[in-house]
Amino acid sequence: MNNLVKQSLAGLRVLLVLTVVTGVLYPLAVWGVGRIPGLEANAEGSVITRNGQAVGSSLIGVDPVAADPANDPWFHNRPSALAKDPLGPGDPSSSLGSNKSAVNSDYDAVVAERRTLVARREGVAPDQVPSDAVTASASGLDPQISPAYAELQVARVARVTGLPVDRVRALVAEHTTGRGLGVLGDPAVDVLELNLAVQAAG
Amino acid sequence: MSPTLAGLLQAGLLIAALAAVHRPLGDYLARVFSTPEHTRAETALYRLVRVDPDAEQRWGTYAQGVLGFSFVSVVLLYLLQRLQPLLPFDFGRGAVPPGMAFNNAASFVSNTNWQSYVPEVVMGHAVQMVGLTVQNFVSAAVGLAVAMALVRGFIRSRTDRLGNFWVDLVRGTLRVLLPMAFVSAVALLALGVVMSLRSGVTVVGPDGVSHTIALAPAASQEAIKMLGTNGGGIFNANSAHPFENPNSWTNLLEIFLLMAIPVSLTRAFGTLVGNRRQGYVLLSVMGVLWAGMLGVIWWAEAHGLRPLEGKETRFGVAGSALFADSTTGTSTGAVNSMHDSFSGLGGGGTLLNMLFGEMTPGGVGTGLYSILVMAVIAMFLAGLMVGRTPEYLGKKLGKREVTAAAVSILAMPTVLLLGAGIALVLPGEVDKALNNPGAHGLSEVLYAYASASNNNGSAFAGITVTSDWFQSSLGVCMLLGRFIPIVAVLALAGSLAAQRKVPESAGTLPTTGPLFATLLGGSVVLVAALTFIPALALGPIAEALL
Repeated sequence: MNNLVKQSLAGLRVLLVLTVVTGVLYPLAVWGVGRIPGLEANAEGSVITRNGQAVGSSLIGVDPVAADPANDPWFHNRPSALAKDPLGPGDPSSSLGSNKSAVNSDYDAVVAERRTLVARREGVAPDQVPSDAVTASASGLDPQISPAYAELQVARVARVTGLPVDRVRALVAEHTTGRGLGVLGDPAVDVLELNLAVQAAG
Repeated sequence: MSPTLAGLLQAGLLIAALAAVHRPLGDYLARVFSTPEHTRAETALYRLVRVDPDAEQRWGTYAQGVLGFSFVSVVLLYLLQRLQPLLPFDFGRGAVPPGMAFNNAASFVSNTNWQSYVPEVVMGHAVQMVGLTVQNFVSAAVGLAVAMALVRGFIRSRTDRLGNFWVDLVRGTLRVLLPMAFVSAVALLALGVVMSLRSGVTVVGPDGVSHTIALAPAASQEAIKMLGTNGGGIFNANSAHPFENPNSWTNLLEIFLLMAIPVSLTRAFGTLVGNRRQGYVLLSVMGVLWAGMLGVIWWAEAHGLRPLEGKETRFGVAGSALFADSTTGTSTGAVNSMHDSFSGLGGGGTLLNMLFGEMTPGGVGTGLYSILVMAVIAMFLAGLMVGRTPEYLGKKLGKREVTAAAVSILAMPTVLLLGAGIALVLPGEVDKALNNPGAHGLSEVLYAYASASNNNGSAFAGITVTSDWFQSSLGVCMLLGRFIPIVAVLALAGSLAAQRKVPESAGTLPTTGPLFATLLGGSVVLVAALTFIPALALGPIAEALL
């Protein structure tokens, strides 16, 4: 028998055995570990429940929509490439970045439009809008915003919800995660958890 | 703390963790691939598959084992995708289209793990686990096996035997990758990575709007995706997706995992050749190039027009640059930020990392054998300069050895430039595919073929590669970019093993000092520069200067 055919047949037998070990037993073992109480919430997506209703995942950012845009009570997420509108909510059944390069005049216009919209919503000058507020995240589902973008939204949220500004600011601080070990990554504010806290306080 | 200082300390933590692990892991790797003992489970496995584990192979048989195994892997993975509707956990996602199924099969078997598909829409959990996860393990183990065969070529003399491919494959999978992946998967799970067999969960947000959030068995695949320098995400956004990489801790852990084995292999190499400094010198070259490119990418991104476009808040610029440098310096290709949105210089840096030939520190196994081949080229160049027959680790580098090394080095640029060149002249193909205009559009095409030919798998992902031309040509580039070098490396190993060791003399160029390190690092940069500067000038260099 041709040696290559012989080696391929041996390869097929080895592959089938390794498929059982690494493709069936291994993932099922990890899945089994994920059933341990304490890990199960992580394994199933860190879902937050209010009054028996799943309201979202603390890891997934979907921009909330205000019923009345003139009285917008929500802290907003970053723009998402999954959204149809410049600032609209993304769709967490998928994930996507814009993949727009820095040298792209069409996209410059989109960013400028976002800047205008955010500035108008918050009642500030366009140059006060931080850069994470006008750029799409890598996943389209970034659950967090920079502390600067959260601070920009504090005054409006306080006004619309009737909460004192200091109270809202304290809630932002409570939901801000610093750098891991003081050095890993960047400080960030979880938007869904913050909105739920504001809602509960109001 | 300033972001710059925090970023430096973050990189320092990574280096410290790698320094801590490279000794025990490197020594363990050396033991795994040199001990004659089989475990009881392995003996049972060899009996089951009717392989004689103690029969050593010539280089040709070893290569046929690699090719045969990879061939049946491509066929099986293709069939699994085409037959997806018959499998459980398919969620009605249907059969994967033929062009895409071929591309994915070539991609995962060649350790490229390029994603032309949106997993949340196309791939059910059964194909992810039984197909893609398996190739994440075994394609990495094939890389390890080939590297070990080459090392045996250097340390053995007057033999035509390089070891047994099946033994190397099984040991790499069961003794190295499987236990490390399991521990890493549990750690990732504990830090927040999902591991669900459901397709998604429906939620009603505080604003009253209902959404379905996609779920997947991510932790098990994430662990081996990084550890095996694979890079194919179980979600479309890859390691940028919060379910794959939820926080700055998992980010550092994932970067650590993709660097751990390539870095430790230099120690294993030093141990096996009986002179640890031979390994350290390789590590120093890898480390200097990795660190230099990190500086370039990080600086460029921090000073770009839109630093946060395509980056996640929790990683920031520093955490994204560290990941981008490491994923393109190894052959991983996972991304936690969208390289397509990087600045001209930053994106060009990730591209250049791949064009170095994936040896800074390179993929699992592939990094070690690639840099050893480059060492052969470097010693050949040095030999030309002083007019002596070059030698490396006591082996003469004659016509056969240098030819094999040259074939191995030149395969990647050849398939890359041919593929990209043909794509550019085919009427209509590129126009439909690009996401960005001008010089960056050319960079998108170059990046795609560089990623495929180097088995990296990251992308300037705005490019649409679902046409038959791109699916098939990129798939072919992956296979040629993987298996031409592997066969050449095994041929090199065979001819080295057949030689008698020549004793060191006064005329031997020492290969443990800074002179050799400079020569080797210079060769890596020079080969890439001579081959790719014209193409780079029209793409990222033009863009950076705009």
